[in-house]
Parts: sequence; structure tokens; C-alpha cells
Amino acid sequence: MPRWGMAIDLNKCTACQACVIACKAENNIPFVGPEETAKGRDITWMELISVHEGHYPDAKIKFFPRPCFHCDKPPCTKVCPVHATYKNPEGLVAQIFQRCIGCRFCMAACPYTVKYFNWYKYDIPDEMKNHYNPDVFVRPAGVVEKCTMCHHRLQKARDKARVEGRSLKPGEYIPACAETCPSNAIIFGDLDNSSSEVARLSRSSRAFRLHEELGTEPKVFYLTEEDRHVI
Amino acid sequence: MSFENKWGQDERLFEPIEKTGWGFRATVAILLVLVAWGATSYFRQVKYGLGVTGMAEPVSWGLYITNFVFFIGISHAGTLISAILRLSQAEWRRPITRMAEVITVAVLFIGAGYVLIDLGRPDRMLNVLLYGRYQSPLLWDATSISAYLTASTIYLYLPLIPDIAILRDRARKWNFIFRILSLGWQGTAKQQKVLNRAIAIMAVLVIPIAVSVHTVVSFVFSMTLQPGWHSTIFGPYFVVGAIFSGIAVLIIVMVVFRKAFRLEAYLKEIHFSNLGLLLLVMSLLWFYFTFAEYLTGFYGHEPEEMSVFWDKFRGQYAPHFWAMVTFNFVLPIIILGNRRTRTILGTLIASITISIGMWMERFLIIVPTLMNPRLEYSRGFYFPTLTEWSITIAGFALFLLFYVVFTKFFPIISAWEVKEGREEGLEEVDHRVRSYLPDYGN
Repeated sequence: MPRWGMAIDLNKCTACQACVIACKAENNIPFVGPEETAKGRDITWMELISVHEGHYPDAKIKFFPRPCFHCDKPPCTKVCPVHATYKNPEGLVAQIFQRCIGCRFCMAACPYTVKYFNWYKYDIPDEMKNHYNPDVFVRPAGVVEKCTMCHHRLQKARDKARVEGRSLKPGEYIPACAETCPSNAIIFGDLDNSSSEVARLSRSSRAFRLHEELGTEPKVFYLTEEDRHVI
Repeated sequence: MSFENKWGQDERLFEPIEKTGWGFRATVAILLVLVAWGATSYFRQVKYGLGVTGMAEPVSWGLYITNFVFFIGISHAGTLISAILRLSQAEWRRPITRMAEVITVAVLFIGAGYVLIDLGRPDRMLNVLLYGRYQSPLLWDATSISAYLTASTIYLYLPLIPDIAILRDRARKWNFIFRILSLGWQGTAKQQKVLNRAIAIMAVLVIPIAVSVHTVVSFVFSMTLQPGWHSTIFGPYFVVGAIFSGIAVLIIVMVVFRKAFRLEAYLKEIHFSNLGLLLLVMSLLWFYFTFAEYLTGFYGHEPEEMSVFWDKFRGQYAPHFWAMVTFNFVLPIIILGNRRTRTILGTLIASITISIGMWMERFLIIVPTLMNPRLEYSRGFYFPTLTEWSITIAGFALFLLFYVVFTKFFPIISAWEVKEGREEGLEEVDHRVRSYLPDYGN
């Protein structure tokens, strides 16, 4: 059984946000509009977060693309009263939109604030209605959602492999963000397959995870940004 | 011999049931308007979604959860205080117990209701039964609160039986209801013995359940890893706060009904003074817990913990925080610590400030932590909307409505217990005090 994970090389990341847009298109993420965004209700399963360090003139901004970290010990799944969020056998932290009662306990429990709530029934613009991804459930108002690592792609890839009577090949299932990244900063694969690239990167001396001290064991590894001197 | 004459002395207790004044009608009308307004706001929320509230990312819990914790908190007024006073044979309890027990039953419904109001999908509520997982503290809450509701309803009902029998023998209207509810009570010695036994058993049973209720309510917060929530003293801290706010609300209710039903002869200065002392002790305990909780966080000085801490001590919630400390500690200590100000008016003022202060305490536990999550990129704000305020006010109105309607059907002071105190209590206390002394046999 694979254990899916991701490595994000911050050296390669240009902060272009192509992953953010790819994710929105792939997962039918609604447009909440400017007023709702100003209230803090924007839904972005993959978000580019910026961390400010130091003060002028030695100020620095660091950028992190931030999906759901799909923790091996997720604090969010524990608190769900109805089993609407749970860790599946392949390590993906899944959401059952049709079962969620909207209590938002998982949002309060996630230390990385990666969970989003549908405060209203949000929609996408009319021009884009023809481009709904038929593989992804459109969420109703009142439920929690978050990055699924494009789980529907895994289902599709596995079905294809089964029809062709073979096992899943490495690289056959990757989420939209990893597929889109122009600088190849996002590497996705099986962490338990020691020959995979993601497993190799996760063992790198540059690898770190956010708030490792919490013991949540995220499966998204960052590779530190090395200081480069720009002339 | 007619029953009526026997109650001549306590006739006043039945007056509000048998005579309906304009005061009652006006109160019910105003409360109904407020409840209806809240219900309209709630239907709007169901129609459009929780977007009509001020909640957003990352402050995903707000006034509703504050009200949930607050109302479940004041439920401890009742049953717990009444049970402790009964078990410790405090004779001054007699006119207070019923008032306290009614608070519990009324507010438990409302407190639990706020969780349902907070749900994004109330239509899927029953999923909690279909797919419930005991790993989630919300299920612990559901279990504990329903056990408490059952136990405290029984505990309210048992001492009500003899009073219902009195009403059965007096009432002209609605007689069949009282006949059913009185369970054939005739006041025989055997019935009395069984009833006293049952009340004693329920009093013992209700105390651990009550303690468990606010402990598991605190677990909703403390079981997460969030700064400001993940604390081992949250269970007892919440229970202390619950009893504290419960007594305060009980005193307010006592003052209101003393005035409205002219019960000055029953609720005397001494009752308020005694409850005021209890309130003083709880205020000190509350301060001790608050001090221990915040000093621990401050001394450890973890950055995540500190951003919540400073938000309360000198940030955007500083006015609320220091008002809370003033309302819950400074003012009550000044008023209740002094015998001359521990009057009915004094305890009332302290109770009002404590009720407001404890509501703010619940708010300050929930919101600043959510506003300062570990990853500092998501900082939010929270301004409750009119919908949330309307539903909050409606909750308080509904509580008063329950209470006022209860007093229309049943005496708010336990008539038979007051009578028992008059006829048997004096002798019993005399005997009890003698048994403490060395010169008397058993």
C-alpha cells in the first residue's frame, strides 16, 4: 500500500501561483467574490503563504505553497463527530462532503488552518460553467472542504490500471498542483517506495516540515531555501 | 378539613398560579416578540447559510459557541447547588432549591440548542446518531448533557410531586394534568419516606453528572492543540466558572421573583448573604484558576501562546479582558467582601457584573485563540452580525419565557418543603445540634 506524500523545493519555487490556479480549476473551487474575500472567506485548497522575516533594510519574504499536509497523525480527524473526515489507508486525509454536518470542529482543531467552510452556496462565473470538472463533487453550503491531493485522479488512474491488468506505475497519479508547477518544485509520489524521488527528497538534509514539534507528522516536506546572492 | 386552610400561611406561593396579572401578560408578550425575532433570524440563516454571521476564516466559532458554553455553565446553578445544599442539610435552602432546579432544566435545552444553531447543515444532525464516533469530544458532550438533562428533570420533578398534589386539590382549571402528574400522592408517611429517599439518591447522582458536563464542554477546546486551549486545567477551570456564573444567575432570578411575586417573607436578607458568601468564594477560586492558567502560559513564553496572550492583555481584546477581570473579581470582592455592602442590592449588582463577566470569559476563551492560529499568515477578525446578536438575545428571552411559564403552572418555592421546615426542621436541627454536643446522648 503506497503512502502518498509531497516534497516542495523552495529553491525552485518562483511563487508564480500556477499551482493555486490549477488547484482551483481542477477541484471546482468556487469564486467567493471580493466582498466575501475581504471577510476572510476565500477558499484556496492550495495557498501561497508568505512569511516576513526581519525589518527594513534586512527584510525578507519567504513564500510557501501550502496544500493540506495530510498528516500521518491528523488532529482534525480525531475530533470529527460523524466520520466525515478521516485518514484513508493510503494516508490521505479525506473529506466526505455528503456527510459533514458543518460543526467546524475540524477547522478549530487543525493547527495549520487548511480547512475551509462554505459560508454560503458559492458558485463559479457563468463563463466557466462549461468547465466544471465532472470528477469532483460540487460542495453545497454548510460543509467543510480542503485539499484532497486530487484523490479523484488516483481513482481514475487506478481504474485504468485495473482495466489494463497491471499495477499503478509511479508518476501515473499526481495532483494538479504538481503537474502544473512550471519549475518542477512540487514532487509527488509514494513515500514508502524508497526509490521514489519524493522519498529521496524527504530524507534530504534540507527537508523540514511545518510545526514538526506538534507530532502531527505531515506528509508534505519542504526543502529549505538556500541563500542566494543576487547581483 | 379542606386542604386550602392548611396552606393559609403559604397562600402567597399559589397566588401567581391562580391569578394572572397584566405583568405576566406583558412579560410573556415581550419575551415572545424577542423569541420570534430570533427565530426569524435563524430561518434566514438556514435559508442563506452561515454566511449571514460574522464568522469566517480562521474565526470559525463565535457567539453561538460562546452562548453554548455560557448556558451550559449556568445550568450548574441549579441542580448542583440544590443538591449540595440538600445533602449538607442546609436549612436555609428550602425556598431556593426549586428556583435553582428550574434554571438547570431551562438552560440545558437552550445551551444544547446553540450547538445545533451553529451547525452548517442542521438537516444532517442525525448523522451524529447514525455515524457517531466516540473519539470526538462533541459526542462526549452529547452524552453528558443528555444524561444531565434527564437527571435534572427527574430531580426537578420529584420534589414537585407533593406541590402538584396540592394544586390538584385546589385547581379548577387543568385539573387532569395535575392529577396525572401527582402520581396519586396523598402525603402518607410511606409515600413521604419513599420520596425523600428518591430525592436523596438523585441528589447524589446529579453531582458527578454535573461536574462531568462542564468538564467535557471544556474538552471540546482543550483536546485540540491550539494555543490558549490545550491546557490540563481546563476541566476544573470550566466547572468553577460554571458554578460561579450559575450562582450569579440564581441570585438575579431570586431578586426578580422576590419582587414580582412579593416573596419578601420567604427570601430574606440572610439567603442573599449566604449565597453572596458562596459567590465570594467562587470569585476567589475563579481568580486563582485564571491566574494559574495565564501565568503558566506567560512563563513558558511560547510564541504561539504569547500572541493569544498579548491579544488579551494589551491587544484588541484588552478592554474586554480587563473588564472581565473587573466584573468577575475586583467588583465582587469589594462588594461581597464587606458585610455592609453584602445586602440584597449588593449581591444583585455583583451577580449582574459576574453574569456579564463570565459571558465575556467564554467569549475570550474561544475567539482570541481562533484569531491567532499557529501559522501566522491567517489572521482574522470577528464582528458578530445582527443575526448573531438577535439569536443570542432570543436565547436569553427563551430562558426567561420558560421560567415565567413554569411559574404559571407550579409554585416557584417548594410549599411542602417550607412547611416541612416549619413543622419538622426546627425540631430536627435542635436534635442534630444536641447530638454534636458531649453532654447529650444520641
